[in-house]
Parts: sequence; structure tokens; C-alpha cells
Amino acid sequence: MWQFFHKLGSPKWFYGIANRFMPWLFWLGLALLLGGLVWGLAFAPKDYLQGNSYRIIFIHVPSAFLAQSVYVMMAVAGVVTLVWRMKLADLFVKAAAPVGAVLTFLALFTGAVWGKPTWGTWWIWDARLTSMLILLFLYLGVVFLGSAISDEKSSARAVAVLVLVGVVNIPIIKYSVEWWNTLHQPATFKLTEKPSMPAEMWVPLLLSVLGLYLLFGWLACLRMQTEILIRERRTRWVKDFVSTGGH
Amino acid sequence: MAFDSLQAFWLMDGHGPYVWTCYGVFLAGLVGLALWSRHRRKVVIREQQRQLARDRQDQGESTPAAAATFSRIHPS
Repeated sequence: MWQFFHKLGSPKWFYGIANRFMPWLFWLGLALLLGGLVWGLAFAPKDYLQGNSYRIIFIHVPSAFLAQSVYVMMAVAGVVTLVWRMKLADLFVKAAAPVGAVLTFLALFTGAVWGKPTWGTWWIWDARLTSMLILLFLYLGVVFLGSAISDEKSSARAVAVLVLVGVVNIPIIKYSVEWWNTLHQPATFKLTEKPSMPAEMWVPLLLSVLGLYLLFGWLACLRMQTEILIRERRTRWVKDFVSTGGH
Repeated sequence: MAFDSLQAFWLMDGHGPYVWTCYGVFLAGLVGLALWSRHRRKVVIREQQRQLARDRQDQGESTPAAAATFSRIHPS
């Protein structure tokens, strides 16, 4: 166990292990995502209330779901950074933040375009939409704070603190549709209940959520590798790795 | 297929522009992220290869230069 923990802290070990997992994450994720999207776009039945505009759900829910769970992962990594000073945890936060920002933007954008034919408006300042916008600003804050502080250690700590302060926003997003009156519909998936949609709708949705999860894993590995190469550039193994072609 | 024809698939009863805009932006965002992230790693590796080559060159030049400074002096 301790040996594993020690290894996990080693950027060199992580680089190799990531290389081994990345093709799997990429191809499996791509297949699941594309399968889910094609199924949802062309084969899932039309919604009796919203018509075909509901097909946006197959990209809106995965983006929003990932946007929130990436933030939770970053918060866990933030705790690890502060308590154990593990370099890899900080690398993860820095690698994941821009991806999270893009996912949050996509959730907001697809939500706005979905809102127009369904609610009659692109945007309202209600609890769910506003708290998602705050999530976007939190992600951008993490990206800019991380790049503004050049000292590695203080940058890691400052970013971790910011991520942890922002984590209160996550339960607000999650419960906003229950606590406040909002235009937004309640959650599609709940752990405790059967989905309220037929299987031909929720199975493709589940596929695209899983696919996007795996693709996020691939992106995170790739971006962490880049960060590792930059930070460890003076070490023997990076020099050897780079001079033998970098593959 | 939930649609009768390709045209019905494209129009989606008038919701086509909304649905297709969303899918387009979503895919563009993901592809953009993937290409940008791959490109960044490539650039970093290339930059470090260049740096290593420069270091090696510096060492290669400095060795003979250092050797030339050893000139024998004969104090009388």
C-alpha cells in the first residue's frame, strides 16, 4: 500500500503508466461517446413534450455531469496537495482545469440553445444557470491563478485553496433544482431511483456520459504528461526520454 | 431510425438548427481540446530536444577552447 502510494507520487512512473492506458481510454471513450450520440440523434424516439429539441440532452447532460465531477476530482487532488504535498495531485489540478472550463462552457452553451425552443429564452438568472456560470468562473480563476504564480510550491498551494473554497458551489448546483423554483428540469439520473425516461433514451445517454468520462481521462493523462515533461526537464530520465524521440 | 427521411433528420421538425448547432459546437470543443493538448506535448518535446542539442553543442565547442588555454609558460 505505502509502496503504491510512493509510486503514485513519482512523475516518471506515472508517465509510463499513462502511456499504457491512454490508447484504451481514447478508443473506448470515443466509441462509447460516438455510439451514444448517433443512437441519441437518429434512433432514440422523439420526446412527446419537447419534440426533437430534447436530443440536445445527449451532449448537455454529459458536459454538465463531467464539469461538476471534474471539479470534485480537482478538490480531492487539492486536499492531497495541501496535506501530502504530492506533486502529481497539483499536476492533475493544473491539467484538468482548462478541460473543466471547456466542459462547463459547453454545458452552458448547449443549455442556452436548448432553452430557446423549450423555455422561450436563452438565459435566465435562476439558481441552476447562475451556479453553473460561477463554476465556469472558478475554473477560469484556477487556470489564471496557476499561471500567474511562477513559484511551483506557492502556486500549488494557492490553487488548491481556491479549488477547495469553490467546492461549496457543487452542492448548490446539484440541489438548486430542488431548493429553488427554477425553469430547469430535475436531474435525469438519480442513484436511488429508476430513470423516468424509457430505456431507448437513457441507455444512449449513459453511453455518452461514460464515453466522455473516458475521454476526459485520456485528456487528463495527456496534459499531465506535458506538465511532467516541463517540470522535470532537468532530470536524467526526461532528458533520455526526449533524446530517444519522446514516444 | 426515428426519422422517415434524411431531410426529416436534418430539419427535426424545426428544431434542426438548435440541435445541430449544439452538436457542432460540442464536437468542435472536444476536437479542439484534443488537438491543442496533443500539440502542446509535441511542442514541449521538440523544444526540449532543441535545448538538449544546444547544450551538447556548447559542450562540444567549449572542450577544445578550454584545451587551447593551456599554454606552457617558461619562467626563466
